[in-house]
Amino acid sequence: MSAPTVLPALTIAAVREGLRKKDFSASELATAALAFAQAENPKTNAFLTFSPERALAAAAKVDAEIAKGSPIGALAGVPLGVKDVIVTKGVRTTCGSRILENYIPPYDATAVARLEDEGAIVIGKLNCDEFAMGSSNENSAYGPVRNPRALDRVPGGSSGGSAAAVAQGTALVTLGSDTGGSIRQPASFCGVVGVTPTYGRVSRYGLVAFASSLDHIGPLARNVEDCATVLHAMAGRDEQDSTSAFAPIDDYHSLMKYPVRGLTLGLPAEYFEGLTSETGSLIDAAVKKLEGLGCEIRQISLPHTKYALSCYYIIATAEASSNLARYDGVRYTIRTEGGTLSDMYRNTRGVGFGAEVKRRIMLGTYVLSAGYYDAYYKKAQQVRTLIARDFSEAFKGVDAILAPVSPFPAFKIGEKVDDPLAMYLSDIYTLTGDLAGVPCMSVPCGQSSEGLPVGLQIFAKHFDEATMFRVAYQYQQATSR
Amino acid sequence: MNLSEKEVRYVADLANLRLSAEEVPRMSQDLGQILTHIEQLNALDTSNVEPMAQVLFDADETATLREDIPHATLSNQEALVNAVSSGAGYYKVPKVIDRT
Repeated sequence: MSAPTVLPALTIAAVREGLRKKDFSASELATAALAFAQAENPKTNAFLTFSPERALAAAAKVDAEIAKGSPIGALAGVPLGVKDVIVTKGVRTTCGSRILENYIPPYDATAVARLEDEGAIVIGKLNCDEFAMGSSNENSAYGPVRNPRALDRVPGGSSGGSAAAVAQGTALVTLGSDTGGSIRQPASFCGVVGVTPTYGRVSRYGLVAFASSLDHIGPLARNVEDCATVLHAMAGRDEQDSTSAFAPIDDYHSLMKYPVRGLTLGLPAEYFEGLTSETGSLIDAAVKKLEGLGCEIRQISLPHTKYALSCYYIIATAEASSNLARYDGVRYTIRTEGGTLSDMYRNTRGVGFGAEVKRRIMLGTYVLSAGYYDAYYKKAQQVRTLIARDFSEAFKGVDAILAPVSPFPAFKIGEKVDDPLAMYLSDIYTLTGDLAGVPCMSVPCGQSSEGLPVGLQIFAKHFDEATMFRVAYQYQQATSR
Repeated sequence: MNLSEKEVRYVADLANLRLSAEEVPRMSQDLGQILTHIEQLNALDTSNVEPMAQVLFDADETATLREDIPHATLSNQEALVNAVSSGAGYYKVPKVIDRT
């Protein structure tokens, strides 16, 4: 096969078929995928590290199984990229931060281990905003990622590398992480599918902690089916993460094939204020399409949406200020000396963290400090209850909720970098999903007049990823014909 | 809402963060802007609302407890592999107590 022309169009099903028909071996595919990704990467800076040894060893294992005639895993031979906030044993994991420049994890994240058990081939680690804090990938200590659809624009963030690699075709599927929109927003900016599962659906063991009550691992791919395959393979209870859920995992693939006729979809009024008219028209068209497929569209309200940004930036930064206390110049790879132990801590963290991470540690420390705890942190937790309640009330009357992912498509590199609040506002439609812990995803729904992709967001009930995938899959089928 | 440069230095101290002379006024301005936005939460009456610390689902109270069976963890050597400075199985840090 001619790798450079075929790789960007591959699907999991096509890899399976190719291996079955012996068009290529897993080792040949891994070699071609690595060569292609390494050659194309300078255009976008999506990958920070390649892992050829690990990839070829995993591919050889798949080939040995095929040779023996054993059944192969659901992801056999599939080239996978992993966001650099998810640890990989023996493969450098930087979190996009200088403070972890040379960190070589001594263990694997559960999600990665489970995908490898199904035959996935980890080809490398993907660029992201430092510690997943950002909406544009400009906060990486290793340089910004460029959007493959428009190289002068951001890919979104924080999982910018994960979305860009899928859009560019340098990875077939990738893992991202989402704390406030970090999978869905870059997926929408790069024109790929990105999924934030229910909180607890995927183990967080080995996901470097940013805000533990909000952090999720999720898949990105070029179509809904591939995202569903990856999620299915890594979902489920893990003893290493006490917040991972026992809930049964549905057979997403068979359930998404059911027509959407008869489903009731909610349109929350609060998500249609303040978005660009082009984004609004594309979302309207997607809603009409689903209505045409037999869905009933109902106007709903999620009244506390406007408080989500404030709520989020208190809770997320409070948790971050605590989680990031561990980077102290003792356990992790870099140290900047000072006279005393305390000077060493301060100097190491002052030099090792970038501007946005410092800003969030400062905000989080402030809202947790003596005298402010009730006014900020407890208040935000109470508002979080109201936001979660909005969703549970809405889901009494609808099966899923439709909304835009972002108020606008990908912006230019450098455009918002000096205005933190303006940057935060690009996440206003995605924060609520993480706060409520409901599953949500972005599916491409067209492009602006400048050719920039726009994403449709779909929310579903806790643990009902099956309905979310069904809406997304049927929409994607109806629009790709 | 403004955060004075003195308050910024105090919070940086709590967070074990060295800020440069240029970073302090910038931080004061940025945090002030964000805190002003956050003040909107005061418009909401939350006096009868339970705080939400975690996304919770129905499960038995003891569902997340495992059997008390020993299992392998990282070895001392593996745990120290990323240490800046270590010796004899320990992390090494600058001297904490000065014997004078």
